[in-house]
Amino acid sequence: MTARSYVRKVRSGQDGLWRTSAPALARLDIELTERCNNACLHCSVALPAADPGAKAREWPAARWRALLDEAAALGCLVVRLTGGEPTLRQDFEEIYVHARRLGLRVMLFTNATLVTPSLARLLADVPPLEAVEVSIYGLTAGTADAVTGRPGSFEAARRGLSLLGEQGVRFAVKGAVLPPTRGEMDAFEAWAAGLPGRTGEVSWATLLDLHSRRDAARSAVIAGLRPEAGEFVRLARRRGEAAVEEWRDFCGRAGGPGGDRLFDCLPAASSAAVDAYGRLQYCLGLRHPATVYDLDAGSLREAVTEFLPRLRERRAADPAYLERCGRCFLKGLCLQCPAKSWAEHGTLDTPVEYFCDVAHAQAAAAGLLEPGEKAWTVRDGGRRAGRRKGT
Amino acid sequence: MTDKIDLAKAYRPSEEVVVREIEGETVIVPLTSGVGDLEDELLTLNETGRAVWARLDGSRPLAEIIRDLEAAYDAPDGVIREDVIGLLQELCDRRMIVAGE
Repeated sequence: MTARSYVRKVRSGQDGLWRTSAPALARLDIELTERCNNACLHCSVALPAADPGAKAREWPAARWRALLDEAAALGCLVVRLTGGEPTLRQDFEEIYVHARRLGLRVMLFTNATLVTPSLARLLADVPPLEAVEVSIYGLTAGTADAVTGRPGSFEAARRGLSLLGEQGVRFAVKGAVLPPTRGEMDAFEAWAAGLPGRTGEVSWATLLDLHSRRDAARSAVIAGLRPEAGEFVRLARRRGEAAVEEWRDFCGRAGGPGGDRLFDCLPAASSAAVDAYGRLQYCLGLRHPATVYDLDAGSLREAVTEFLPRLRERRAADPAYLERCGRCFLKGLCLQCPAKSWAEHGTLDTPVEYFCDVAHAQAAAAGLLEPGEKAWTVRDGGRRAGRRKGT
Repeated sequence: MTDKIDLAKAYRPSEEVVVREIEGETVIVPLTSGVGDLEDELLTLNETGRAVWARLDGSRPLAEIIRDLEAAYDAPDGVIREDVIGLLQELCDRRMIVAGE
């Protein structure tokens, strides 16, 4: 017997931590505010920073602290603080420190424009234990400010990144593939790779979500920014065929068609999300009134152990969904889910043509479909995906 | 590397970590920077590790804790002592425990 037998190191977020049962809640996503100091073209959330109605309705820090206490008691290990722009809140540091003192790892999503020397020092001294995820939407002030709609946002974000880097705070850079940024992708990645403190590759938001509160005007703008399916495939292949190999692998590992099952998103299986006003959701994108739990009238424990399991049992009823999505072997590729259906159609189970088109284009590129073939008509989908996986 | 473990000293959990009991596991989470190298990892203790950890109250000398464990667990001579010192050295190096005042 050695000291090693007393101690076990487990990688966060991977299987193997729990020898018996896993906690009821592994991760909690918290949208601290819907307000943002940027007004990005493609954003599915942002309200104006000074929106008085939203600000007045947001939960105060005391409620968030109490919720974090509940989450920790349920065994939660990771909390995601996002928005809007979470650091817009004056009490952000109070909420952040409370989460860390409870032993929660914190995933912070930010645009970095409001990072101060004080906040950067805090993140260095009391590290979130997850890389801060910073969204930057351009390589130049001209591009980025055109996306954010706010002159000066680019310089502010760069200042924020410098402060994080100087303090040794690890951060990841996220971009968005938009008409103003498409021509800059390679140069942007090269720039991001040279940033002190940066970790990982740039992750790109490409298949944009429509507005999660179903604002029709905002959704129309976002829809106009999306790449069409063929363009998405071309973008994914710009660095070679690794992405296509990955698509084949996804299809091979995803299992068979889902039938009438609606909620089979693995990342959300043991997580929950809460909006800025204390309403618990299955995930941040799903705001359908029938899938929301008011934490002011209940408890996180009840929501996680009773409400969400009941929700996960809901079945699809839309005939088009059952005919197409329910029989499709591309579910490892397709982004169809209740949250997307909600944003696009206001329902839980209506096929989203855009994501269907994209998945078919990916499958065609991966050699899983013939030209013009519809995946839900393929009877040997599993065999095709499995065979491709093995070659 | 920190100081060597001293049997005459009492040790306690550092204020730079948060210790959580989740589903029967003792999970040690760093609070401040430079504790362990656990950026992407969690540290958990097994049953024996928990038995040691639970006795680190900052008041009892380590030698007394080892005698206590030797009485509670069946092991060949010297094994528990060697293991406890090894464990505490690792935790001390990671700044997860400190010698009591």
